[in-house]
Amino acid sequence: MAKVHVTTTINGEPMEFLCEPSDTMLDALRGSLNLTGSKEGCASGDCGACSITLDDQLVCSCLMLAVESEGHEIRTIEGMANGDKLHPLQQKFLEMAALQCGICTSGMLVASDALLKRNPNPSEEEVRFWLAGNLCRCTGYDKIVRAVMDTAAEMRAQ
Amino acid sequence: MTELRYLAPTSLDEAIGAFAKAGSAARILAGGTDLLVQMRSGALKPGVIVDIKKIPEMTQIEQTADGGFRIGAAVSGMALHDHETFGKVWPGVLEAINLIGSKQVQGRASAGGNLCNGSPAGDSVPAMVAAGAVVTVQGPNGRRELKVEDVPAGPGRTNLKPGEILVSITLPPRPAGSSDAYLRMIPRTEMDIAVVGVGVSLTIKDGTVTAARVGLGAVAPTVLLVEDAAKALIGSKLDDAALAKAAAACSAACRPIDDKRGTIAYRTKVAGVLLKRTAAIAAKRAAGK
Repeated sequence: MAKVHVTTTINGEPMEFLCEPSDTMLDALRGSLNLTGSKEGCASGDCGACSITLDDQLVCSCLMLAVESEGHEIRTIEGMANGDKLHPLQQKFLEMAALQCGICTSGMLVASDALLKRNPNPSEEEVRFWLAGNLCRCTGYDKIVRAVMDTAAEMRAQ
Repeated sequence: MTELRYLAPTSLDEAIGAFAKAGSAARILAGGTDLLVQMRSGALKPGVIVDIKKIPEMTQIEQTADGGFRIGAAVSGMALHDHETFGKVWPGVLEAINLIGSKQVQGRASAGGNLCNGSPAGDSVPAMVAAGAVVTVQGPNGRRELKVEDVPAGPGRTNLKPGEILVSITLPPRPAGSSDAYLRMIPRTEMDIAVVGVGVSLTIKDGTVTAARVGLGAVAPTVLLVEDAAKALIGSKLDDAALAKAAAACSAACRPIDDKRGTIAYRTKVAGVLLKRTAAIAAKRAAGK
């Protein structure tokens, strides 16, 4: 079976890769592209661990085919920090220990970032509803929600 | 899945040609949030996938000259959410679409896909039935229109003919004093499948209901249009007696399954309860409150 050649942009960099037509974006990211920050949890769109953005839209990378990224712009957790400088959300998650096992963290961060880009001043309820598609079994969300709210307040103040 | 071919045509004619040619092995890819899960679980092994998102008509939201809306089959829930006027005109349809999965899922999932997936519990479908939506389908023998309630044929099945593709969903214009609402019952607050879903669309003039439609989901092999419930509401001032009659009509229409989410008795009762609550929300919105 011939592989498909895909030209896309990932974290601002033009990128080309080969994939099977049936590969998901998550397969391509973690496989040939070696971007393993996006995690495979459920592979059915229920846990959000593989969250990325596609043309600034939050999506599950397990629910799109890699070939669908042709000509589009992908952003992953690997593109979140600015060089060595962590994104304010990443910094706050660290400071407030908004994680335990960490498997959900990259998806939580990508989803939270997408929320704050749309709405810099979300209510706690809005944060909780927005993150409902990101499954966390360790913190019960409280530390995560507090970290997102604190980051939002900090970013608004800047 | 090694023989899978992926096609992304840029015109509808091309898509229909490729889809029809591939026969029963072909699947349409809109948002993919159902298709990829079915492929992953092994329930489906398509030979050809036809991605319709590169066809402009499929991803457009258009407000028609008469004030209605034409929504391309692959328009995502998030795109509808972000549309300037859609949610003001059809708040119930929008809230139903925005209950499909998570924000991640809504970034891709479309009302067209939700309808074609054929789940009796699809959230957008009862709301579109209540809205009186009409779908345009196109196949090798041309275009035709179907009422949205005539699309589902049973769990996972539709009345689309071989080679036909859902192109768009058209929602009619609304007279003054109209609005709609959708409520569903789920055991948890988010990310679950409806135990019962009710969509109600109302037009109210001087306090009296002049037009009503009721869609009911997750309580029968297909989403239902409950005409008896609408009849009980029309002509009334949404008084207790009319609401009780409409609720009874919804319960009477139920032919649900017993499963881990709800028993037959529970689903049947909740259908009536939700009808009353949904009608109250639609009425409040119709009054501009």
